[in-house]
Amino acid sequence: MIIPRVPVQHRRLLPDRRLSGPTPWVIAILMMLTLLAAAAGVGLARAANNIGDAIAGRVTVQIVTANPVTRAEQAAALRRQALAQPYVHAARQVEQDELLATLGQWLGSAGGDDPVLRSLPLPALVDIDFVGGDRAGQLSQLRALVAEVAPGARVIPHAEWLGPVARLIRSLAWVAAGLVLLMTIASGAVVIMTARAALGTHYATIEMLHLIGATDRQITRLFQRRIAIDTAYGIALGTVVAAAIILLISWQWSGVTSGLAATASLGPMGWALLLALPLLAIALAALTARLTLLSALKKIL
Amino acid sequence: MTDPGPGRSGGAMVEFDRVGLRYGPDAEVLADISFNLQPGSFYFLTGPSGAGKTSLLKMLYLAQRPSRGLVRLFGEDLVHMPRHRLPGFRRRIGVVFQDFRLIPHLSARDNIALPLRIAGVSEEDLSGPVGEMLSWIGLDERAHAFPPTLSGGEQQRVAIARAVIARPQLLVADEPTGNVDPEMAMRLLGLFEALNRLGTTVVVATHDIHLISRIDNAQMMRLEKGRLADPTGALRYPPANKV
Repeated sequence: MIIPRVPVQHRRLLPDRRLSGPTPWVIAILMMLTLLAAAAGVGLARAANNIGDAIAGRVTVQIVTANPVTRAEQAAALRRQALAQPYVHAARQVEQDELLATLGQWLGSAGGDDPVLRSLPLPALVDIDFVGGDRAGQLSQLRALVAEVAPGARVIPHAEWLGPVARLIRSLAWVAAGLVLLMTIASGAVVIMTARAALGTHYATIEMLHLIGATDRQITRLFQRRIAIDTAYGIALGTVVAAAIILLISWQWSGVTSGLAATASLGPMGWALLLALPLLAIALAALTARLTLLSALKKIL
Repeated sequence: MTDPGPGRSGGAMVEFDRVGLRYGPDAEVLADISFNLQPGSFYFLTGPSGAGKTSLLKMLYLAQRPSRGLVRLFGEDLVHMPRHRLPGFRRRIGVVFQDFRLIPHLSARDNIALPLRIAGVSEEDLSGPVGEMLSWIGLDERAHAFPPTLSGGEQQRVAIARAVIARPQLLVADEPTGNVDPEMAMRLLGLFEALNRLGTTVVVATHDIHLISRIDNAQMMRLEKGRLADPTGALRYPPANKV
């Protein structure tokens, strides 16, 4: 049991000074940081996975032939012939309006109806998604096809330019996971120090209890209960503050609809993990306290 | 090899055979201590300060294992007994400490009730004995007072009540009357004697010569420089009819 049941009369063996020491407050801070790091880690990991899935098998062919009619013909031919290849899952020619809208975001005319924008010589783009896993071989075959259908066109694998970003995001997710681990260890250390300090403070009581026949289990349950409750107060406080911060950030994040940022979210599993963390922390604290106490009591006859 | 003396097979409650005790690398504070305590007997342990009385009592109430020798309590070898079995033995021993060792944040009543609670006695069943004990030591009016608010003598009485409330088979008392007036000392000694008549083996460490003379048939154990004086061998080989 996480918080052991102890008869009311036995609870009085320890003076009732709840939340008076630093432990609940330190645990609250550590719990809050742990949850924030975990939320960041989950969000970043999901973003990295989403980007990874999106870029893993996609290339864009950029056709820069000067003559717009020839360019359009080459693009259409490439799309048609690419779709006929067994290693191609999908091929899509990017519409001119879509290109203008994207450029408009950068050049200040979001509607894409700016005559200056329309006067720009834009390349024709064809997005191609591969099937299966032999990326190098597929890319090589596609390059050959492109050289035949649209000489001079550039083949741009998305993994080449988005891959480093995905790897960076994944690294940040690992850093967040490392922080969660470190803060868990720090929380455990706080519980161990608290248990040892409690044993030191109440040594005379413990010695007396031993001498009148109390078992290690009886004494441990007494202290374990107190430490688990103090820790639970801290964890609850840290969780409430962290939840408020995460909900606020989630609310602000929901307004972000474009770019890589839009791929970051917690998802149901992420929320489940965040909800499970405080319960795991209480269980870990109780277990740590129990092992520390039993180990310390064994040194007393 | 242990000498199987005439008193050895007589069902002694406590047997010490060539027991030595040292703290760390220092010289032994107790050396070659051998005696048998018979069930239902009354013993006074005397000796000058520093003779090792408290160390000997510590081994009796299982706060200390010997460095060498054999200690048997209630027929079982305590030297090699696993730790987890000790609480069961401790519950059969009542201890009155020289410094009382009351738990300061528990009331007098809760301090006295502690051994019964540890032994799992229900609140319903312990209220009677605890109330009687409070009346007997004259502290029923101060049942809810905390030890720091009690006088030395009152604390002493609470400590004695806590030691005897569970009707122990062996009662060990270290200077139990050191802080009480002569009248209370006699009353407390009367309690020890009454318990002794009910079959409790009593060991009282004291300097008080008057106290010793008040108990008939009490045996004297004298420690000097860590050794037990037993010129007649009566402590080691008690007469079979001596109870």
